[in-house]
Amino acid sequence: MRERVAPLLRRLSETAMLMIGVPDYDNYVAHRRQHHPDEPVMTYEQFFRERQDSRYGFGKGKFKGCC
Amino acid sequence: MSTAAARLGWGKLAWLALALLGAAAFAVIALARGETVNALWLVTAAICTYLLAYRFYSTFIASTVLGLDPARVTPARAHNDGLDYVPTNKYVLFGHHFAAIAGAGPLVGPVLAAQMGYLPGTLWILVGVVLAGAVQDFLVLFISVRRDGRSLGELIRSEMGNTAGVIAMIGVLMIMVILLAVLGLVVVKALVGSPWGLFTVAATIPIAVLMGVYGRFIRPGRIAEMSAIGFVLLMAALVAGQAVSESPDWAPVFSLSGETLALLLIGYGFVAAVLPVWLVLAPRDYLSTFLKIGTIAVLAVAILFVMPELKMPAVTRFIDGTGPVFPGALFPFLFITIACGSVSGFHALVSSGTTPKMLENEVQARFIGYGAMLMESMVAMMALIAASVIDPGAYFAMNSPAGVIGTTPEQAAQVVSNWGFAITPDALSQIAADVGEKTILSRAGGAPTLAVGMAHILSNLLGGKALMAFWYHFAILFEALFILTTLDAGTRVARFMIQDLVGMAVPGFVNTKSWAANVIATGLAAASWGYFLYQGVIDPLGGINTLWPLFGISNQMLAAIALILCTVVLFKMKRQAYAWVPLLPTAWLLICTLTAGLEKLFHSNPAIGFLAHADKFSAAIANGKVLAPAKTMAEMSRVLVNDYVDATMTAAFVAVVIAMMIAGAVSVARALALPRISTIETDPGLGEAHHA
Repeated sequence: MRERVAPLLRRLSETAMLMIGVPDYDNYVAHRRQHHPDEPVMTYEQFFRERQDSRYGFGKGKFKGCC
Repeated sequence: MSTAAARLGWGKLAWLALALLGAAAFAVIALARGETVNALWLVTAAICTYLLAYRFYSTFIASTVLGLDPARVTPARAHNDGLDYVPTNKYVLFGHHFAAIAGAGPLVGPVLAAQMGYLPGTLWILVGVVLAGAVQDFLVLFISVRRDGRSLGELIRSEMGNTAGVIAMIGVLMIMVILLAVLGLVVVKALVGSPWGLFTVAATIPIAVLMGVYGRFIRPGRIAEMSAIGFVLLMAALVAGQAVSESPDWAPVFSLSGETLALLLIGYGFVAAVLPVWLVLAPRDYLSTFLKIGTIAVLAVAILFVMPELKMPAVTRFIDGTGPVFPGALFPFLFITIACGSVSGFHALVSSGTTPKMLENEVQARFIGYGAMLMESMVAMMALIAASVIDPGAYFAMNSPAGVIGTTPEQAAQVVSNWGFAITPDALSQIAADVGEKTILSRAGGAPTLAVGMAHILSNLLGGKALMAFWYHFAILFEALFILTTLDAGTRVARFMIQDLVGMAVPGFVNTKSWAANVIATGLAAASWGYFLYQGVIDPLGGINTLWPLFGISNQMLAAIALILCTVVLFKMKRQAYAWVPLLPTAWLLICTLTAGLEKLFHSNPAIGFLAHADKFSAAIANGKVLAPAKTMAEMSRVLVNDYVDATMTAAFVAVVIAMMIAGAVSVARALALPRISTIETDPGLGEAHHA
């Protein structure tokens, strides 16, 4: 039971986070380690700020819609 | 018979059974006369339609029309950076996409359209989503995914030329202005003279600031914690709001007039749009997103459990265009009033925004593009159900302007009963008392009606009559919260667009580091929607009357532009044999928006045509007469100016649509003249090389 519920909860929290524009941090770290091993990796706090600024940075056509 | 054949047979039988069930549900809702129909029939008809459309039509589009290729590398894989471009699980991405497209639109339009009965709205929501809305979202997502996740503006520029791109951008800016004004008006209408509502909505600002500070400095990035704190405070504010509304000292402080509320809202929009995002916008966005998804889920469950009866007739006499909620006959105005939920141009911006950058595999564009729009359509159906479970007499008393039904329950009950929707003054006062308000009369704009409907359904699920007032204000809060987020975000977007457009003439204006340019552009943005908002608030016919059709026209117009782009791309791909898939909805939307636009301009009935209305007022001014709603000659001239501004706006919309039609036709002719495929898709191989 536990083995089934845990991944489901993880997916749900991943969904909730992505709804507000924050993708999976662990995935980001894994990506940086694998493809850019010599470059620095943002801490979670830096990552969160970067995502927040990016979501509301509103470059062209970045509006999140209304309806 | 082999097992495989049996399985195939059973599958087909199941789809056939589903089709029959859907047909039966449609028969029940369409043929019911005299007796009430259960909302579950509407839900059944909708779900059968969605399942069949998804199983058959979206598969046809995916494999035959577009030729989706599971082996193709998506932008998420090609440019994977763990931030913007991230291959994402399709269910997670579905949630993200749905949260981005769901908003106030599908909640308001169907409520207004209920004045024609529940049947016309239901049919347009279902047919519209299957053939137009979901098709648009899916095709735009597909086109963007094959072009590095580019935005709608960039796609129009690269596929149809620079001029078309600039025209489309001006169109989008005008839509933003009207959208923000109409959403602001919805909030103002819900909060006028409602201390409980205003207190809770006002409380969201300090709550958001507190969350913002917490998430920035105290526990950086702890979203779950800050959202939980915010939610608890929000519920506390909701409970405290009742005490405020009953306090003789505090109730008057939070009982404001529409004019004051409008000015406060414009000031708020300006200030919020220049503040740093982490302080107000982001935290409130988190709260409103979670509250929105949660409330939609709760409402869906409640409808299934409570199984409410629809009290609104299937069709009312107002299909002839004499309705008090919005003027104009079923064609074209029903198709303008219900925009989101059937087809919404705004989704084209989302489908070409963040979603295409996160698609793991392009075949999932069907599930996410087409599927999420079906779910959005279900939200519109729930709004329609909520509006139809209230007593029709109460519905019309809530949604008709004071200029038509008067300002006392006695007058309103008499007028509405004369229309054939019997209601007593006591019943109207009782509903107001039940939901904890002084009056429910002329609370146009959809939100209060939806809130009464939701309170009706939710209190049947939990709390009964005792909690009705709580549920009503919860529903108002839920809508106001994400409308405020849209106002704030939209003012920022409009600011960037103004900077871009003005920057074409004055290059220094684009510099987002320049405080002067930022403040001027933000001021321009807030002033433009503020103008329409204020005009709507002082309009004795309620404003929603004028503004909602303008918003509907503009939103459908954007959808038409997006679908023209899709058509052009299919021609350029040499898949013109299937161009009817986007062309069919394009043609319908063009017919509706152009007819509605021209009627709003030139209709001889002053209630519909802006110019006829202007003529009536200028004739009166020439004779020195003052016509209601104006009380002075100065107000008379203001009405006249407003009419000309509205007429100009409508004419501009019509001009944009016609320009895009011509640009589309030219692009199609060019594509046909070329013997080869003339659209450029990103080479999927290139991206892989980047990381290899």
